[in-house]
Amino acid sequence: MPMRQYSEDEAVDFLVIGTGAGGAPLIAGLAEGGFSVVGFDAGPWFRPLEEFASDEQEQNKLYWTDTRVVDGANPMVMGGKNSGKAVGGSTVHFAMVSLRFRPDWFKSRTTLGYGADWPLDWREMWDYYTKAEQALKISGPVVYPWGPKRPRYPYRAHELNSAAELLGRGAEAMGIRWTPTPLATVSAPRGDSPPCVYRGYCRFGCSTNAKQSALVAFVPRAVKAGAEIRDLAMVGRIEVDSSGRATGVHYIREGKWRFQRAHNVIVAGYAVETPRLLLASATDRYRDGLANSSGLVGKNLMTQSNQAVFGTMQQEVRWNKGPPSLSLTEHWNYDDRKDFSGGYCWMAQGPLPVEWVTVQTGSRGLWGQKLIDEMEKYNHQVGLKMVGEMLPDERNTVTLDDEVDQYGLRVARVTYSWGDNDKALIQHALSQMQTSLEAVSATDIFRQENDTNHLGGTARMGNDRRNSVVNADCRSWDIPNLWVCDGSVFPTVGGVNPSLTITAIAMRTVDRIKQMAKRGEL
Amino acid sequence: MTDHDGTRNPDRYPDYDVMSKQFSPSWNEVTRKVVHARLAVPREPRFFNQGEWDTLQAVCARIMPQPATGAIIPLPAYVDAKITEKHEDGYRYASLPHQGEAWQRGLAALDQEAADSHGARYHLLTPEQQDALLQRMQDGKLDCSAWQGMPCKLFFEHRVIADITHAYYAHPIAWNEIGFGGPASPRGYVRMGLNRRDPWEAAEAHPGKEAHARRENKRVG
Ligand SMILES: Cc1cc2nc3c(=O)[nH]c(=O)nc-3n(C[C@H](O)[C@H](O)[C@H](O)COP(=O)(O)OP(=O)(O)OC[C@H]3O[C@@H](n4cnc5c(N)ncnc54)[C@H](O)[C@@H]3O)c2cc1C
Ligand code: SF4
Repeated sequence: MPMRQYSEDEAVDFLVIGTGAGGAPLIAGLAEGGFSVVGFDAGPWFRPLEEFASDEQEQNKLYWTDTRVVDGANPMVMGGKNSGKAVGGSTVHFAMVSLRFRPDWFKSRTTLGYGADWPLDWREMWDYYTKAEQALKISGPVVYPWGPKRPRYPYRAHELNSAAELLGRGAEAMGIRWTPTPLATVSAPRGDSPPCVYRGYCRFGCSTNAKQSALVAFVPRAVKAGAEIRDLAMVGRIEVDSSGRATGVHYIREGKWRFQRAHNVIVAGYAVETPRLLLASATDRYRDGLANSSGLVGKNLMTQSNQAVFGTMQQEVRWNKGPPSLSLTEHWNYDDRKDFSGGYCWMAQGPLPVEWVTVQTGSRGLWGQKLIDEMEKYNHQVGLKMVGEMLPDERNTVTLDDEVDQYGLRVARVTYSWGDNDKALIQHALSQMQTSLEAVSATDIFRQENDTNHLGGTARMGNDRRNSVVNADCRSWDIPNLWVCDGSVFPTVGGVNPSLTITAIAMRTVDRIKQMAKRGEL
Repeated sequence: MTDHDGTRNPDRYPDYDVMSKQFSPSWNEVTRKVVHARLAVPREPRFFNQGEWDTLQAVCARIMPQPATGAIIPLPAYVDAKITEKHEDGYRYASLPHQGEAWQRGLAALDQEAADSHGARYHLLTPEQQDALLQRMQDGKLDCSAWQGMPCKLFFEHRVIADITHAYYAHPIAWNEIGFGGPASPRGYVRMGLNRRDPWEAAEAHPGKEAHARRENKRVG
């Protein structure tokens, strides 16, 4: 497919940094809206059919493995399995679980008494969720058991594997509802995408293009509409002129620093790299970094708790077949009879051998012959993993470390400690998941106490410039032509995986930008 | 030198060899290339010196014991290759140095600990003595000066365990041992339910049915 290319001296209408869950829908939508757009990504532009191996180690190439320094009471495990560095961002390796927020979460402070309110209205979001589900052709159940009515999913739900079936049996024994998971991989052909073949390497890239990642679902649309995707282009600094407007970005490509001019800059680099870039772009006028008059850039970092319970079945489960999370229960997102704030869901699991040995060693401290003996039960294992809501806390941060990376840029330092509410929620979830496994007669049950994923919060959106970084349109309060549109804008993370919400917000932002342009408000 | 004294259990999936599928629809071209390159890893150290190599070999043999005869997963070579080829983890504990330096320091410290408690370098100790030192490392109880402030427990978890066990389970020999289907593109799987197995998956030997499993496994391809 031929791609339009823009010159560096010509200011493009929109320069988007990051091509993942937030960036790609923006690039596609703005280009389709007639704007000139260049999307930058530090990572390569992969061709899955030719370049994706069925191999855990090789596919580490999808991940952001440049150094990040971690500390705090609960240092976060980053790198492989945390975020991506590729055109398509983390959606290239994400597990495709595509869920809507519970409506009350958009006003969790007011309606549920914790966290912070969003400046968005859930009804409007409900429409954008529908649009996002259509754009990604989500395969899901006919009736979704929780929340307000939603239209049918565009594609039928996938067949369950045995791990998913065991989740269902456990939930039924506990008297709670469960459902096949709405997934961003097609259950029937769509364009160049064949239906999912259940190979189960989803978190290492989908080599068949069944997965509706940003790379598959949005990037071709963007290119077709005239956007340029500039891969292997790492942005090091956003330039701001003396009048306080962004003028473009400094980026490094093929070992050389360059400058691209732009009328508007949108940062969509993930909840770690986004604040890192805003902080690194400090000037004499903006000493604490760009868009940071609230002091909140890099603060309120949230992850989702990702603890799990595992057990052994007498039957052969062979949990590696199919997407890893083919069923789930959101029961505790909608049931408020609990003595902590926030919610969580849990889903079926299917780790591949290297991931699985990480669980065995990390959770049980096994090594030597004992480890080898446990690993041999691989085809009989079953597991449930939570996605839980952690609460915002200003002490959890992304800051700049003194260490520099291969580009000479200061790396991010990620500081994280769980709060008491986080701990209570995790314990609740672990015991519920354990009950579910016991109900299907799993034996040798053990807990994975330490795993976190899905970061957000470091450039939160709000209605008040004093306690947020961007407004509801993802536009920064301080610099009118600087925008942030990715997981960083979440004031709270909710108890479901974030990508569908990120994508829905990006699609809304496209519409808002089009309206503002029409009114001459850009 | 310690002997490798592990027992590879060939009985659960008798005669299953994931490599027998390498030219089947379960392996695409790029997967073949990647796995072949892994099998051809240089066996001599490129990063470590001979002294460090002795110690590393002994540590690998305790963390993932392998049989003395037959095909073996060259674990020290993978640890060396990860550093030489700069495969980074993507994060680092503030108190741990970079991977190469962490390994050098940790191996030197292990030798120092061995000398302090047994008067000999680590690789010359008995397997029991070696295990005991590893156990103390895991428990965070080693702190001789050679650690130079690096927490031994973090080194154990994030270098020793991670680098060695990941290399082990990224190897086809390990996939055979646990009956893992291995690469699966573009063919994928069809039979998803409990106790269901596609003909291109490993057959488990149930008591009394070993010959059946062996026959099935010979047909995997
Ligand atoms: C293993 C795994 C499984 C997951 N599964 C799910 C799931 O099932 N469902 C779900 O909803 N979520 C899932 N997630 C989370 C989800 O993928 C992310 O939350 C989401 O993709 C984040 O979107 P984003 O736009 O913020 O960033 P990303 O999608 O990560 O995109 C950011 C992009 O920006 C680029 N970039 C960053 N900084 C720069 C710079 N300075 N210059 C140039 N480029 C830059 C990066 O290279 C990257 O490609 C999963 C995550 C992981 C790690
Ligand atoms: S299971 Fe489906 S979505 Fe996952 S990698 Fe395979 S084909 Fe792609």
